[in-house]
Amino acid sequence: MELNIVWFGLVGVLLAGYAVLDGFDLGVGALHLLTKTDTERRITLNSIGPVWDGNEVWLVTAGGALFAAFPDVYATVFSGFYTAFMLLLFVLIFRAVAIEFRSKQENPRWRSAWDVAFSVSSVVIALLMGVALGNIITGIPLNQSKEFTGNFLTLLNPYSLLVGITTVALFMMHGSIYLVLKTEGELQIKIRSWVNNAIIFFVICFVTTTMSTLIYYPSMAAHFKDYPALFLIAVLNMLAIANIPREIHKGSEFRAFLSSSSSIVLLMLLFAVGIFPNIVPSDPSPEYSLTIYNAASSQKTLMIMLIVALIGMPFVVAYTVIIHKVYKGKVRLDESSY
Amino acid sequence: MDTELLSRIQFAFTIAFHYIYPPLSIGLGVLLVVMEGMYLKTKQKIYENITRFWIKVFALIFAMGVATGIVMEFEFGTNWAVYSRFVGDVFGSALAAEGVFAFFLESGFLAILVFGWNKVSPKLHFFSTIMVSFGSMLSAVWIVVANSWQQTPAGYHLQNNGGVFRAEITDFWAMVFNPSSVDRLLHTLSGAWLAGAFLVISVSAFYILKNKHVDFGKKSMKIAIALAVFASLFQLFTGHHSASGISVNQPAKLAAFEGHFETGPAPLYLFGWVNENEQKVNFGIAVPGMLSYLIYGDSQKPVTGLNEFKPEDRPPVNIVFQSYHLMVAIGFALIGISLLSLLLLRKERLFKSGLILKLLVVSVLLPQAANQLGWISAEVGRQPWIVYNLLRTKDAYSKTVSSGEVLFSLILFTLIYALLFVLFLYLLDRKIKHGPEYTDDGDSVYAEQKLIFEKNKQG
Repeated sequence: MELNIVWFGLVGVLLAGYAVLDGFDLGVGALHLLTKTDTERRITLNSIGPVWDGNEVWLVTAGGALFAAFPDVYATVFSGFYTAFMLLLFVLIFRAVAIEFRSKQENPRWRSAWDVAFSVSSVVIALLMGVALGNIITGIPLNQSKEFTGNFLTLLNPYSLLVGITTVALFMMHGSIYLVLKTEGELQIKIRSWVNNAIIFFVICFVTTTMSTLIYYPSMAAHFKDYPALFLIAVLNMLAIANIPREIHKGSEFRAFLSSSSSIVLLMLLFAVGIFPNIVPSDPSPEYSLTIYNAASSQKTLMIMLIVALIGMPFVVAYTVIIHKVYKGKVRLDESSY
Repeated sequence: MDTELLSRIQFAFTIAFHYIYPPLSIGLGVLLVVMEGMYLKTKQKIYENITRFWIKVFALIFAMGVATGIVMEFEFGTNWAVYSRFVGDVFGSALAAEGVFAFFLESGFLAILVFGWNKVSPKLHFFSTIMVSFGSMLSAVWIVVANSWQQTPAGYHLQNNGGVFRAEITDFWAMVFNPSSVDRLLHTLSGAWLAGAFLVISVSAFYILKNKHVDFGKKSMKIAIALAVFASLFQLFTGHHSASGISVNQPAKLAAFEGHFETGPAPLYLFGWVNENEQKVNFGIAVPGMLSYLIYGDSQKPVTGLNEFKPEDRPPVNIVFQSYHLMVAIGFALIGISLLSLLLLRKERLFKSGLILKLLVVSVLLPQAANQLGWISAEVGRQPWIVYNLLRTKDAYSKTVSSGEVLFSLILFTLIYALLFVLFLYLLDRKIKHGPEYTDDGDSVYAEQKLIFEKNKQG
């Protein structure tokens, strides 16, 4: 297979890995304020305590891989979406700091201020990520020298906002299932009731987004028309989503979590198939679109990085599995907790 | 102000703020390995307390490093899009390797280092400490490689893509081992070890002065002094090697270090003030021929002067001169302080001398200052190039970003970082004042919360 396609896939894998992993901890953040007492809040916070940092590394590495494999995409999108990315940075900083600082003081006002910072920044991060994906689907105005010619408001179109809200809903559902896995007793009963609401919220958003994509951006469906076998991805995605409430009902939360993880991966796959071989489609001048060919690094670099990835990724998977194994099971607060 | 200048200010500000933390993590990481190793070897409770206290400090510093580090990765693309397109093919491999090899290693094992004391076996915990320390140094490797490539590009060719040039890799290992990367990596790492060592020395000296946690302070300090002596002397060696390399690879930078305008035998200034218009160093004291001697072993050998370069190809001289000389002066001061501490320690007088202990308390600022000044002289000395001799800084910024947008983000960074820094110092101060936990002391808050949790469980 061509290296350009391999790297389109690998950047996709990193982003999907990020969405599955940081997805649940952003979701936990989004739900954080629904818990009331300090102990409950410490439990929700510490459910992601040891893993959130590692989860965020997937984003950092996806950014690095994009820079290395498709420098033109990195340069165009990051400079073009300047203000949006700066906002994203500020909320990422706030979130990291909120998690780290919240429990360092016993003052209730200190704690509730950081609780709000943690929750709001989690929602905003998910929203901005979704808006960014939405803008890739709508396409953005690019010129001959691969530069973005719109402004910040170009990015805030209704369709992209819808994708943003859907992302928030998806992560809330994913995060609530994760929390059920990590808690017990009264708190777990309370969280279980959120899961159902989160699923309903997500399904409404998902159906609306799918309909509007098919109506307004039918080009996203072109490959599915040409290669009907690809429709299987959409079917699998529907089955994965449908399986979530079923497993929750049966009380097998871990399987529900696997289902929601699968649906995130499948959604990313649908998105990738839809835009391929573009990475950033240009609208209104499609000839200036950034593709996996005109935006890529040299074949030599793609090959070197493939070797780096093949050596490194087994380790990455191993660390991820080990960490999640060490910290599996219910949250226990001790003196090293947040 | 224009987009270029604002972007430069923003990058300089954000990288300088970020660079407070990674050197501390790298230095402290090495010490944690020694401390925990001592605990496993001696099984003495005091080493457990030492290790666990410094792990908490490490976690706080590491979090600051992560939070401010993501900014750096984004800023290449947001503010320096032309640069990113130009170097992506070369620089990207190093950045991707950093992510895949170093960041995952660090963050994965950090989870066990910080949260795993009661959850995993002591051996697995020790292994995690080693891996975090190793990972933090590995990330220094890749980022210094990438930066060194900007100073001394190698293993690439220029490719013309429809009138737009970019650097493309031809030899990965030549890129990694470009002429300056090994010298600069070792110089950076020893600066980082000094930062960590003097943090521990400073806090320990504070405890001994206050007559609190005295045993804790003495034992921590002994370990840190050993690292400080090694790192400060090693720093002299790597510094000399770096300067010799610069004389070959970036002669304009070396000439700026010493304010050397006319090619000829070059003196070594102890201090001075460069008058760039008159092309001379005022108020200076210099050892004649010393620079020539240090580089070539011959005080009469000519060193290339700044006048060999077109005015538009010269870096700003005085700021490079001053930052470089201050860094060197601090470097020697650190050698002096480290050796003096070692000497007094061996004569068993170190912990009795209030004056020396006070000096050690404030000495934590010295490696921080030297690290910042060293980077200023390295990066300002590279100007006007962003990639030496290939791409000028003034051509490399993002054309689509307006100066208003950068001004907005710069103001926000200033506010947020000021807030962060205050919080960081406050929490660090509280941690230090609180001191180490002695494991047999109960902690009421946690005990109470555990109790609530147990009830919760039964309910």
